[in-house]
Amino acid sequence: MPGRILAIALNTFREAIRNRILYLLLAFAVALILCARALSLMTVGSEEKIIKDFGLATIDVFGVLTAVLLGISLVSREIERRTVLVLLAKPMHRAEFVIGKYCGLVLTLLVNTAVMGLSFFGLLLALGIADRAILLAVVMLFLQFLLITALAILFSCLSNPIVSCMLTLALYVIGHLLWSFDLLKARITSEAGRAICTLLYYTLPNLGNFDIKGQVVHGLPVPAGVIGWAVLYLALYGTGVLLLACAVFRRKELQ
Amino acid sequence: MAVLDLSEVSKSYRTHLSVRRYWILRDLSLSVREGEIFGFIGPNGAGKTTTIKLALGLLFPDGGTVELFGQEASRPEARRHVGFLPENPYFYDYLTGFEFLDFHARLFGIRSPGRRRRVLDLLERVGLANRADRQLRLYSKGMLQRIGLAQALVNDPRLVILDEPMSGLDPIGRREVRDLILDLKASGRTVFFSTHILSDTEMICDRVGMLVKGSLKAVGAVEDLLHGETPPYWEVALRWQGREALPCGRVVSCREDRLLVRVESRPDLHRLLAFLDRPGATLVSVAPARRSLEDLLLREVRGDVVPAAGPESGPQAEEEGMRHAG
Repeated sequence: MPGRILAIALNTFREAIRNRILYLLLAFAVALILCARALSLMTVGSEEKIIKDFGLATIDVFGVLTAVLLGISLVSREIERRTVLVLLAKPMHRAEFVIGKYCGLVLTLLVNTAVMGLSFFGLLLALGIADRAILLAVVMLFLQFLLITALAILFSCLSNPIVSCMLTLALYVIGHLLWSFDLLKARITSEAGRAICTLLYYTLPNLGNFDIKGQVVHGLPVPAGVIGWAVLYLALYGTGVLLLACAVFRRKELQ
Repeated sequence: MAVLDLSEVSKSYRTHLSVRRYWILRDLSLSVREGEIFGFIGPNGAGKTTTIKLALGLLFPDGGTVELFGQEASRPEARRHVGFLPENPYFYDYLTGFEFLDFHARLFGIRSPGRRRRVLDLLERVGLANRADRQLRLYSKGMLQRIGLAQALVNDPRLVILDEPMSGLDPIGRREVRDLILDLKASGRTVFFSTHILSDTEMICDRVGMLVKGSLKAVGAVEDLLHGETPPYWEVALRWQGREALPCGRVVSCREDRLLVRVESRPDLHRLLAFLDRPGATLVSVAPARRSLEDLLLREVRGDVVPAAGPESGPQAEEEGMRHAG
């Protein structure tokens, strides 16, 4: 079983690195990161904070875009182009296919994030404002990409790329605003409404768990156990999403 | 022993937001025996590809059972000894021929260094050894079909399932596929293939299954299927020196007093033979024309053209396809 997952993962990675879109995204992201210095000169305030904030935001946006753009079509495009037929006619469990695809994209994102993160860190080193906490923030962003990829794959098993893209991006936005459900709950008097808020708060992905940009940019201490909690949350939530994707794909009719 | 066994298999589908159910297959029972070449014929929309997808666990039957080597077809282990080439295959075009076969060999757990040897052998076998490092996007249709056949053989399968393997190929390509199928049989493999190129089927198949509108209309050896069929016409060679016109038939050729006459019904044949009893007439030979699978298929299709009725009738596209074929 691991051999087939590895074969699918490596092939998915190979597909991604032969895809020009990935290079365009990456080149644009690195260019933007390097532009952070120029941007800081044009704004009023602490240059260091602006450079760090802009750099991390760029990595976040481009990492999410890569995860979404590649993830949403991972399964649905295989079905649409019927490349999946020869693969699943082999002695392979459908779950192996889904997990292999996921692992391939994770590998792609790892390389992608490493290139963006190291470019950014190199800039900070050159400016003499490098801080190891930046690397921690990049690792947390990478963990967030892994969860978004799992969601993109689930939607890719369920729907076409356009719908999958909209749903994944919607969950990305909602996932960063999940704290607002807690605030909303405090204002709602109806029991049913409060129950719905609680349900949504705990079932929707809480991407706030991966967000330490604020602390890192402002030089605040990052609470101990943040990474541990993020890894645990990713392991539980991400596994749940992937299992759901496998269950959906298991009974999918491949016309 | 049956390597592929379908028993009373039914398959239907519903279109989006529709309660209307379209039946693609109804109570299909079929067995493919070890070591034979089985041709699965039928017009477009008859359900051949659906049957193949059911056999490979890509679709799930509404009813009935599908078994590969005695195991339920949806179990991955059942497909360990199966090779498959889909119709109009689309492969990862960013891979080179070598990478493509290597990837498929990995999916079967074939380890290095044997894997490399196996891939190179297959490339040689399908005549693509000199194109091994070229991306599939640069392959012609015939080359794609050949690399597709190579991936279907990468695990040295006991059963090879090919969906329309000759579709879109030129005569040379068709010949190569035909030869490959015969080679596979010679090496003890079982081949199950769907096609609507009936001349090839007649030439190489041990047995044939004829699917029309999701029902198996006939199955058996080609000779058995055609045996007992009334010939479509008879060719009568005769000598006739008289001036009287022949009572029936169409003169196909005439050289001096030697005539070749085609008659298209048995009563006409009897009338002509009776006519030849008279002085000046000599019967040289009577040759019944052999019916072909095409005749048989056309008859089955024509006999089945009925308008769709009720909510459980076949899909319109299927009806249209069969009208066209008929």
